[in-house]
Amino acid sequence: MTAHIGTATSRVDGRAKVTGAAKYAAEFTAPDLAFGVVVSATIPKGRIVSIDAGRACAVEGVIDVLTHANRIRMADKDEAYRDEVAPEDGAPYRPLYDDRVHFNFQPVALVVAEDEDTARFAATLVDIRYHTEEFATDLHARREQAFKVDKPVKPRGDATKALSGASVRHDADYGVPIEYHNPMELYGSTVLWREGGKLVVYDKTQGVQNVQRYVCGVFELKEGDVQVMSPFVGGAFGSGLRPQYQVVLAAMAALKLKRAVRVVLSRAQMYGLCYRPATIERLALGAREDGTLAALTHEAIAMTSQHEAFSRNDIGWGEVLYASANSRATHRLAKLDVPTPGDMRAPGAASGVYGLECAMDELAVALKMDPLALRLRCYSDRDQDKDLPFSSKRLKECYQQGADAFGWSKRSPKPRSMRDGRELVGWGMASGAWEAMQMPFATRIVMTANGHVEVASATSDIGTGTYTIMAQVAAEMLGVPLDSITVKLGDSTLPKAPVEGGSWTAASISHAIVNAADDIRAELLKIAFTMQDSPLQGLSAEEVTLADGAVMAIADRSRSVPMADIMRHGGMDRIEKERGSEFENDDQHAHNTHSAIFAEVKVDEELGVIRVTRIVSAVAAGRILNTKTAASQIMGGVVMGVGMALHEEATIDHRFGRIMNANVAEYHMPVNADIHDIRVIFVDEEDRIINKMGIKGVGEIGIVGVPAAIANAVYHATGKRVRDLPITLDKLLG
Amino acid sequence: MNNFDYVRACDVAEAVKMKAATPHAKFIAGGTNLIDLMKYHVEQPRRLIDISRLPLTAVEETSAGGVRIGALVPNSTLAYHSLIESRYPLLASAILAGASAQLRNMASTGGNLLQRTRCAYFYDVATPCNKRTPGAGCSATGGLNRNHAILGASADCIATHPSDMCVALAALNATVQVTGAQGERAIPFADFHRLPGDRPDLDNTLRADEIILAVVLPPQGFAANHSYLKLRDRLSYAFALVSVAAALELDGGRIGEARLALGGVAHKPWRNEAAENALRGQAPGHEAFGRAADILLKDAKHVAHNAFKVPLARRAIIRTLTQAASGTPQIQSIKTIR
Repeated sequence: MTAHIGTATSRVDGRAKVTGAAKYAAEFTAPDLAFGVVVSATIPKGRIVSIDAGRACAVEGVIDVLTHANRIRMADKDEAYRDEVAPEDGAPYRPLYDDRVHFNFQPVALVVAEDEDTARFAATLVDIRYHTEEFATDLHARREQAFKVDKPVKPRGDATKALSGASVRHDADYGVPIEYHNPMELYGSTVLWREGGKLVVYDKTQGVQNVQRYVCGVFELKEGDVQVMSPFVGGAFGSGLRPQYQVVLAAMAALKLKRAVRVVLSRAQMYGLCYRPATIERLALGAREDGTLAALTHEAIAMTSQHEAFSRNDIGWGEVLYASANSRATHRLAKLDVPTPGDMRAPGAASGVYGLECAMDELAVALKMDPLALRLRCYSDRDQDKDLPFSSKRLKECYQQGADAFGWSKRSPKPRSMRDGRELVGWGMASGAWEAMQMPFATRIVMTANGHVEVASATSDIGTGTYTIMAQVAAEMLGVPLDSITVKLGDSTLPKAPVEGGSWTAASISHAIVNAADDIRAELLKIAFTMQDSPLQGLSAEEVTLADGAVMAIADRSRSVPMADIMRHGGMDRIEKERGSEFENDDQHAHNTHSAIFAEVKVDEELGVIRVTRIVSAVAAGRILNTKTAASQIMGGVVMGVGMALHEEATIDHRFGRIMNANVAEYHMPVNADIHDIRVIFVDEEDRIINKMGIKGVGEIGIVGVPAAIANAVYHATGKRVRDLPITLDKLLG
Repeated sequence: MNNFDYVRACDVAEAVKMKAATPHAKFIAGGTNLIDLMKYHVEQPRRLIDISRLPLTAVEETSAGGVRIGALVPNSTLAYHSLIESRYPLLASAILAGASAQLRNMASTGGNLLQRTRCAYFYDVATPCNKRTPGAGCSATGGLNRNHAILGASADCIATHPSDMCVALAALNATVQVTGAQGERAIPFADFHRLPGDRPDLDNTLRADEIILAVVLPPQGFAANHSYLKLRDRLSYAFALVSVAAALELDGGRIGEARLALGGVAHKPWRNEAAENALRGQAPGHEAFGRAADILLKDAKHVAHNAFKVPLARRAIIRTLTQAASGTPQIQSIKTIR
């Protein structure tokens, strides 16, 4: 029997991706395909006074210029625009709905032409006049106007009093700038129009059914009239959770023109969509001389749009990681004239834990304690806020194994005390945490008599490896080879699945597959046990297993019947079963993944040049389904964390309310030269509580804590504490 | 991108004639900058004259003992050319500090000289920019100007020149050979690029009807003592915040000829005769290098966000001169700074 779960299995879709056989949303075509190019607003707030599309329409090949003034009918209730990831509070933005401009780069017209070049050229000829209104785009300038958001984190004890009475205190602001996902694939939608006004939509999205419901809502279409597909996604990192405006524009043009339309955004236009909001993370820690925390307060101030109140859990991670008798956490939002922020890898945690873990490092310095020893001193076996034990928390083992692999014990505690030639060497560490969530997913498995198995769900694979783990779980449960399995996903007509986000997909889809596979197995056994002359006669269900394409006795593998024979005997061409993930609600435990990150930096102090030479990330995330794709997830998270620490920042000129580095040349992300040795360790973590298979998910945890570990290493190297990210060389000079 | 005609020139004379006949035309060779600018609507040529097949691809020794580099020699070919690697390693190093392998494969020698600034306001047609639209105003002066000039800027423009290669060419005293309706001429490198003054729309002194034929290097290549150091916001593929090309002639423990050129600090590769004179005859060392840096940066002026460039430039000058003097030039593929 081949074990599939837990092995380092290469992507089953890898060949299709590298050979170009995998088709992405903007690669689907139709004989009647027209091309739409978006005209973006150049002001952050105001009203469109006039749109003169005369010159654009005069260009040969231009079919139409869609604007708010000539658009087709759209729903007039906010509810229709509120997708499953939308903030509860507020009114979602409505593309091309009216003459209001809510943010810079907002779409104000769609030029549709017979070919893309013509549309792009004509888009430059649309003359738009605006009336600009007073606007604000600077979080720091609006800090005092920020309003408080209700969060589940309750105050414990009297943090203010405990802080003032603490023998050692640390209190500081940590700044995280606006960051963008910058997935390689641009947002794009190809919408095919079918007779009777039905739409087939190929969209870059993390949730086909979310987009399907949204498009139906916005254009008041019946459920059966819209099918959304997204078989492959070229990176998303959260940017494709909410339906983006290009799908509305493409669908609108298709409905109006009764033909296929494709809309692909430019890289610059992608900076007019969702992003990680800039935040100010204010941390105050009070400790006794021995390092025990007396008080922990965390106030997050984040930006959101005027029209929606987007917020995630920046705060509360101290409750998961550390014991403190008193705590208080508040979250405030400042409304700005910007598009609504969105989820970006470990939303909330990436920013909040950055502040928390730098503050812990600064506290360790004040206490003259080793930063790792302080974490262990404050270690909590319970989620402080929920007052519950964890289903599992092998964070201590993460610390231990990470520290051993890194060589942490050889760290010289004093800043500026380690050197390698001319460079200062710094070693820093941080903890990480993320939620281990699971959601209702459904899967359909069809086994055919020729030995083929199809596993289908409406979930997405955004590059994380969902295709592969779905095939692995099905292969293991059904005892068939990996290559006899076809996985279908990214189609709204498939069994129900929510958006692919939050690191919940691996656990959720696996359980749905296990349940459906169990039903198939039951069906096979029912026949197998009743077959005449069956070598399995007399055995119970517990005494047989599915392996090598057969049902066989566990004790004696020579006693077996091929599944094909069983199906033939039963007169069945196929067995089809659909089941859900069916999780039991566990309100007796907190569910989290944990990590410990150790970073080495080398700094040319005179010139401010920082190199991240080593990272060790030790992760406890339950059972790892595929050690190869999971390690890739963590490694990718670490790289993104390096970018967050040293490079990434979208800069707004607040006089124009406009991002001035809306391109991948000037919005810096790490390049190969910036990435050195990354070691990923998965700590064995058997979790018998969280779900049957003990799976947690690894999509987000990889980034959490990385920026803090690097910032702490930079401090250790140089003795300089830079609290506002990114740590660019100018901040180290002087 | 606007609609444009495309024509291909068969020889240099035809290219010059085509350009003279259509003032709004642009020459295109590698297109690594022009195509970007067209996509952003910064450049909207009505005609592209493709010069990529003109016979300007030779790298050859001159009778004077220097090297003549054809205008269409790709940056990558040049960087790895044996004549350049052995005799002008400063130039090879500067080229390899710039862009990516793919861009260097496409980019031409002449085109590298004609790169336009990376000032964000120049690129964004929704914001005012004097370089793009004379008289519109400079958004960078009161805006985001961390990447902007500290030397030679004007009230109208504080943009910087983005090239690495040009910084080395400036240090090497190269000459730019051009031809046009009025015939051939040779432009000393220092006179090729210009300061913004009140005409920031003009990056250089090339006339509208002229085409670059070649860049000519004089015999002295400073192969023994040189270095190119580039400081930027990540370890590769970013434009210089400050870059320094240093080339020294060492004669019995004393500096003879000295060259010092800076990138990322001005509208053109920046040289300062007084700073170089101050190095001549001195013993190489921190003191002499610091003095030269101080002279070079004497008139440095910063705006809101680029004050750090002044101390950074000073330190970078000293470090690069130290690398050059000790014969341990910065190696671009190694990210540790020597």
